[in-house]
Amino acid sequence: MSTYRIQGATGDWEVVIGLEVHAQVTSNSKLFSGSATAFGAEPNSQVSLIDAAMPGMLPVLNGECIRQAVRTGMAIDAQINKWSRFDRKNYFYADLPQGYQISQLYHPIVGEGSLTIEADEKAGIPEAKVIGVERIHVEQDAGKLMHDQHPTMSYVDLNRSGVALMEIVSRPDMNSPAEAGAYLSKLRTILRYVGSCDGNMDQGSMRADVNVSVRRPGDELGTRTETKNVNSVRFVMQAIEHEANRQVDVIEGGGKIVQETRLFDPNTGSTRSMRSKEDAHDYRYFPDPDLLPLVLEDAFLEDCRASLPELPDAKRARYEGELGLSAYNAAVLTADVDTFRWFEALLAETALAQGKQPAEVAKQAANWLISELFGALNKLGKSLDESPVSHEQAAELLALVGKGTISGSIAKQVLEIMLETGDGATVIVEREGLKQESDTGAIEAKVDEILAANGDKVEQYRGGKVALFGFFVGQTMKAMQGKANPGVINEILKSKLG
Amino acid sequence: MPNSSNSITDLGVAAIRDGVAAGQFSAVEVAEAFNANVAAAQDALNAFIVATPEKAIEAAKAVDAARSAGQALGPMAGVPIGMKDLFATEGVQTTAASHMLEGFVPQYESTVSRKLWEAGAGMLGKLNLDQFAMGSSNESSYFGNVISPWQRPGSNAQLTPGGSSGGSSAAIAARLAPAATGTDTGGSIRQPAAYTGTVGIKPTYGRCSRWGVVAYASSLDQAGSMARDVTDCAIMLEAMAGFDPKDSTSLDLAVPAWTASLSGDLRGKKVGIPREYRVDGMPAEVDAIWEQGIAWAKDAGAEVVEVSLPHTKYALAAYYIIAPAEASSNLARYDGVRYGLRDLPDGAGLQDMYAATRAAGFGDEVKRRILIGTYVLSAGFYDAYYTQAQKVRTLISQDFAKAFEQVDVLLTPTAPSAAFALGENVDDPLSMYLNDVFTVPASLAGLPAMSVPAGLDAQGLPLGLQIIGRPLDEQGVLNAGLAIEARAGFTAKPEKWW
Repeated sequence: MSTYRIQGATGDWEVVIGLEVHAQVTSNSKLFSGSATAFGAEPNSQVSLIDAAMPGMLPVLNGECIRQAVRTGMAIDAQINKWSRFDRKNYFYADLPQGYQISQLYHPIVGEGSLTIEADEKAGIPEAKVIGVERIHVEQDAGKLMHDQHPTMSYVDLNRSGVALMEIVSRPDMNSPAEAGAYLSKLRTILRYVGSCDGNMDQGSMRADVNVSVRRPGDELGTRTETKNVNSVRFVMQAIEHEANRQVDVIEGGGKIVQETRLFDPNTGSTRSMRSKEDAHDYRYFPDPDLLPLVLEDAFLEDCRASLPELPDAKRARYEGELGLSAYNAAVLTADVDTFRWFEALLAETALAQGKQPAEVAKQAANWLISELFGALNKLGKSLDESPVSHEQAAELLALVGKGTISGSIAKQVLEIMLETGDGATVIVEREGLKQESDTGAIEAKVDEILAANGDKVEQYRGGKVALFGFFVGQTMKAMQGKANPGVINEILKSKLG
Repeated sequence: MPNSSNSITDLGVAAIRDGVAAGQFSAVEVAEAFNANVAAAQDALNAFIVATPEKAIEAAKAVDAARSAGQALGPMAGVPIGMKDLFATEGVQTTAASHMLEGFVPQYESTVSRKLWEAGAGMLGKLNLDQFAMGSSNESSYFGNVISPWQRPGSNAQLTPGGSSGGSSAAIAARLAPAATGTDTGGSIRQPAAYTGTVGIKPTYGRCSRWGVVAYASSLDQAGSMARDVTDCAIMLEAMAGFDPKDSTSLDLAVPAWTASLSGDLRGKKVGIPREYRVDGMPAEVDAIWEQGIAWAKDAGAEVVEVSLPHTKYALAAYYIIAPAEASSNLARYDGVRYGLRDLPDGAGLQDMYAATRAAGFGDEVKRRILIGTYVLSAGFYDAYYTQAQKVRTLISQDFAKAFEQVDVLLTPTAPSAAFALGENVDDPLSMYLNDVFTVPASLAGLPAMSVPAGLDAQGLPLGLQIIGRPLDEQGVLNAGLAIEARAGFTAKPEKWW
């Protein structure tokens, strides 16, 4: 249970949140036409006769979009409806050439499913929570109006017109901005794993309509408002926070919440009214007579299922179980497609380079990736897929550590040089003379020098101040310029100090 | 051998094609003869919106050249035809007889017209029709009424050629074209054929692609052929039909060799007479011609059986809900934004532009049907009208299915009367809609149906008989039509007054 409450003047309020997420389906062509879907093309350069709704043009369903929607449904354990149908949602707008959007109101392709958001104490999510997904349906996107091209006219860009969207409708199962944020992030992760949506919220590939209402804890649901087209996780959380507080203020001020559509203003973090229920369109939904009902064959469904990758929850469990990673590391590494891909490539290379099983080097690879490479890339302001160090190069570095050729601290230096020069780890270690000294004679000589120079401390050690052992190790390492094998130093010191 | 253009224009599809192939006359001679008739009749009959004599000549030259080169000729080679102006023709204005699309020149060719050109046909011009195919008298065209070449003896009252394919029927009856395309939504091929003493067939829904045909009611619209005899209709339909992946409702079936299998021998066949088609107030002459048809069927060897189609009386009501509902959505794309008419009053916003454009661009009948359709799809009315009408539609299909367990084809009058005078029904939409009472049920059930001329009424005007067949059994329909045609010996033609 979420403990998130709005503290009103008259007491605590609980927030109830549902999200309708529009996710652009990853496909080369549009839902009902062969036009391309690439982002950022010249206006109206990806428009077919169908997208422009020329007289006599007819939609033909793109099977790939259906495959992606089905795979997405399977990834959230949802009911897949083997019989579904497309409906027309009728309204006039200049960005809607047909005068209707082809959507699925009555018989969506995907029914009930769910996903789990993880506990996150810091974010105020005390325990993992299952969020229901009511349905996923497939529909066409609209075009885009451009109001800044002409002093008195608006222009229309139809590149997006007809692009396939999945509308993923959650149950009103979230009770805090953090839960909504976690849901959206988890959904995005799943979509990216499945490959059915690139999840680029800044390009509009994913956007959310946010339904918010407030109530006294335990009461009936309050009247909700819907804030349209919010396009980042942070904005969704902001919009909820603002809207919930606004609603509490209205109710406590003696007013009533009206069911309405609102807009989010990212500049102020606030929402404002767009249109009330009275002004709402009557969309006159009816089955699209240009399209036959969509019937999915078992073989198609089997193909969809077989093509699903390992999903985030399963992967995280495997990282913890099979690979022995900490819960934290497993969570970090599975949070995004780019991260786990990098990690798995690194893991394979590292195991190969050291002639070991992946499970034997997984911790080394995970720790290094999370604490060393992430930090270094952060400083450079680069993302993982822009990393100047490749998986192979990283594996080579880790192999040097694994074989005892260099120590972990030297490895940090080597990584820095790798990032600067692009050279390989072995080359750098040779060139810079960073190879770790394992020659017992040389180390023993230094140990003797140090013990001789610190007779008093040797006495104290032997008198029971065993913590001084670390001092001797440090001094020896310093004398060896950090290049001595710490294991060898330990052994020699132990034997000399008795 | 015909030696004047007049006699050439009395020839039908098969005779022209065979004559061209045999070298009796050239395709160019044929095209010139029909071009001359088209031009001579235009002022009086107004059958064409645009004449394209150059297209007819161009196609004819290609056929003559192919023949000279010894190449194989198509099944329509050398036959110039009229193209209903509902079919998009690349580079030639396509209007659906509306002001909305006046001046609209498609950059694409409808599948049906393309197939006809590929079969060797040439285009005489774009035929007039009821605006957006909505009408039964061809009085709703923005480009003026089509005048039937038929007149009552001793009267120069202008008669309707029927509708919506009134340009097609008038042109064929007046020998302006040996054949023409039609489209049939609720009877728009069969009723005009009946009114003009010509033959018209609407195949099973899905036989002819709707791609590139301006949509009226998508679940009902079906292209077909119109000509002066059954064989010509069969030849032309064979050239028009076929699976089109661009139309999702197109049937993925091979086109049968209808022409080669034509046979007027009905021995072993059962012809059904639906008792519900004996409606009150039907003129005795219509009843008499029906009885005559029954006698001819028996003469051809068929067993005649009375059958019941109990839901017939609801068909017209269901049709006038479903067709306008689909039309209200299909015609939403004519909004002044991308093509066609734009009426942008000074200082007008988007909504004003929509209102002005659609007010100016659509005629009364089109507006009436858009309003009806919008109403029946509205929230609160949808179930009472649209859902109910769909149920009726299912019942009507079931009626037919049951009847076809007993019989092979059904024989009915095509229309409840002979052609009426222009203006007679204009102010009474309901009485106008009654013209479709016998044709609408087969449309709702998607069945193949045709009208063949059976005789003249006392005023010397043609009457037609309708044959309705099982789904996909165009052959049975054509064969029964052939049997009637052979016995009716219909040779009457309108006295030339234009």
